[in-house]
Amino acid sequence: MQNGTINSNVPAQSEDVIVQNGVPTIISAAGVNVMNGDETLHTISILVENRPGVLARVSHVFARRGFNLESLAVSRTEDHTVSRITVVVAGDDEQFKQIGNQLFKLIDVIKVIDHTRDDLVGRELALIKIKAADAATRAEVLQIAEIYQAKVVASDLETMMLEVTGKSSKVDALQNMLSNHEILELVRTGLIVLKRGAKQT
Amino acid sequence: MDGAEILLESMKREGVDVLFGISGGAILPIYDALGKQQDIWSILTRHEQGAGHMAEGYARATGRVGTCLATSGPGATNLVTAITDAYMDSTPTVFLSGQVASANIGKDAFQECDTFGITMPIVKHSYLLKRVEDIPRVVKEAYHIARTGRPGPVLIDIPKDISEGQFPGVFEYPESVTLRGYHPETPGAPEQIKAAAALIAEAKQPVLYVGNGVNSSNAADELLKFAEKINCPVTTTLLGRGAFPGGHVLALDMLGMHGTAYANWAVHESDLIIALGARFDDRVTGNPAKFAPNAKVIHVDIDQAELGKIRFAQVPIWGDVKTVITQLTAAVAPKNRSTWNDLVEEWKEKAPLIYENTGSKLKPQFVLEELAKATKGEAIMTTDVGQHQMWAAQYYNPKNTRSFITSGGLGTMGYGYPAAIGAKVGCIMGHRDPDTEVWCITGDGSFQMNIQELATGVLYDIPVKIAVLNNSALGMVRQWQKLFYSKRWSGIDLSKCPDFEKIAQAYSTTGMTITEPDEVADAIREAQKNPGTVVMNFMTDTEEDVYPMIPGGKTVHEMRLNGSGKSVPVGGFKPQDLEDAPTALESTTNGHAPEKAVETAEAGDYASEWNDDLKSGQIKI
Repeated sequence: MQNGTINSNVPAQSEDVIVQNGVPTIISAAGVNVMNGDETLHTISILVENRPGVLARVSHVFARRGFNLESLAVSRTEDHTVSRITVVVAGDDEQFKQIGNQLFKLIDVIKVIDHTRDDLVGRELALIKIKAADAATRAEVLQIAEIYQAKVVASDLETMMLEVTGKSSKVDALQNMLSNHEILELVRTGLIVLKRGAKQT
Repeated sequence: MDGAEILLESMKREGVDVLFGISGGAILPIYDALGKQQDIWSILTRHEQGAGHMAEGYARATGRVGTCLATSGPGATNLVTAITDAYMDSTPTVFLSGQVASANIGKDAFQECDTFGITMPIVKHSYLLKRVEDIPRVVKEAYHIARTGRPGPVLIDIPKDISEGQFPGVFEYPESVTLRGYHPETPGAPEQIKAAAALIAEAKQPVLYVGNGVNSSNAADELLKFAEKINCPVTTTLLGRGAFPGGHVLALDMLGMHGTAYANWAVHESDLIIALGARFDDRVTGNPAKFAPNAKVIHVDIDQAELGKIRFAQVPIWGDVKTVITQLTAAVAPKNRSTWNDLVEEWKEKAPLIYENTGSKLKPQFVLEELAKATKGEAIMTTDVGQHQMWAAQYYNPKNTRSFITSGGLGTMGYGYPAAIGAKVGCIMGHRDPDTEVWCITGDGSFQMNIQELATGVLYDIPVKIAVLNNSALGMVRQWQKLFYSKRWSGIDLSKCPDFEKIAQAYSTTGMTITEPDEVADAIREAQKNPGTVVMNFMTDTEEDVYPMIPGGKTVHEMRLNGSGKSVPVGGFKPQDLEDAPTALESTTNGHAPEKAVETAEAGDYASEWNDDLKSGQIKI
């Protein structure tokens, strides 16, 4: 099963029709990314009309079937009328296939892409505020920041704020390294992804 | 022109000639505009739910988009059942709801509710209008979305300041719609058609399994040609009734929980199921894992999310069923009648629909048989939900498509009468023969859920004949309590029922009460002659249950043909079985008195057995 078929139940030859009718390619739930041991995580991009209520419609498709979104990022794209929703979600393949099909039925959804088999660049951004009132702590935080190429984006006598971008695992690792210190606040953007190469994501 | 006038003008361009609704504060500007024009017939109902079902009945009978109008807050929330119903049964409808002025939205204003949010999971699409100049585009898109692809309900929420606001510039109605994410029209892929034709050619025991898709894409004629060309037996779902002419030699009638034995046997024994616009609903499959175990599946649906949702299909075809049937008919070679046809024919003779028409009590099935005779199957029949609905589906064989209108997916009691009014309005407006008889088969429980619409039907002189099969109980629930809950009656007693004859008179129309079997034919004839609305109160036997029955979540092997509690093997009893199962055969002596009465739950242990199954979750209700 190739990425780009509408439904893994639809044999590959029906891809032609889908293209002929100008219908965008969507879900193949044939494989999954195993990210955290027992959890199978799917990363999907959903291109939607930039209109009110669209996010609610999309998230309802997940909520109705009892899915918990691991990560969600919504932003504008190169086309100001289109928004991109990047979702990381855990779930079994059967249900996930259903979700892809149901998402595609929404009028405001232009395209749904499962990234299960794609060669991706995926990044997250995190801001981490750490209590750093003494010189020793500051030195140590700076040292850790350097290893992870995190930047100090704000600091005062009491705290330091780091900005880090990278794969989710890198952000996890930095968070882990800082666990000896008091993390006052932390925020992550959620994963965003693009496919490598000339082909559109 | 203000927003309301622009709205009506746009709707006229979409061919809207009638709308059903109730006025109210937030919708006043639209009702004001409605009062100033002649082209759209505004029908005032007595409850918004009734208005919604009327719009559905109109749509189902005519194939046009039904339109419904309600005010904000309670008006809109009263529509929720009708919108869900239209969503579940893919009925093309547009619901317009008034909303408080934009400045008050989200501030808990009087009669404000989040209509857009409440209805989000139950609409095909919805709009909250923000600017007057958007009205023509939104109306164009709404009707386009409602009627194309897999039809469904579209909601437009209209704040009062938008309907009152002045339209800037000159009104121009858009010629076309641009929706990047919506591609409804698609023919079946040629490779898939070829693959399907190959499967059909090699199939020895094929069955056509036909759903509402054939009705809603007006493909009944194409289906008939196709079925006759390959001599394939046809079974229809509840919503597919009328898609294939009743009484045809290939007709297997309805399948599923209360389907005919021969339809269920044929599907079970088939080696190929050709599913046309049907969705393998649980009331059809019972236990999907054991449904038609030896069959390959060709599944045609316009909604690609249905393909493989419940049952894997060897050949899924995404496309409009009318186009695909035409493609298939051209691609297949004609097939002759085979031993399979003979076998199915034999089953039809062996296990017909039967009931014991004995004693003095009026049997509901008898009433329906008489109705079928009197109307020759040419009437539009709407039903409510429950036992009477199943009997109507079994005993009324509609000749024409779009002539059996019932709430299948949601199972909405109170649907039948308003839907009948909507269907009749569709006829009156000339979208079908204006003289088409419209009957509503209902029960004493269901009828009372929207009985207030008698005022609408009588006031506007929309003549519908209402046959209430009055068994003084919520019969279907009673049947389940009899079978699976050891006759612990709970919440089913409707014996303190108002006199429907007098109710009809109170609404200034004709009522009748029929208690004796020999009065039935005359009463129906009299009702047919009556030019107005007639309420016929048939006092039927409370103990009568719907058979055949496959209990929820079970397979064809657990099908019972009567209240004996005994399952019948696929293909019926063989001679050696007969000695073991005398009770099962007794009731096949239709019209003759059986030697002993068949008492359902007394038949013993199986009741507790079912209770155990129920507790262990094997029976799904």
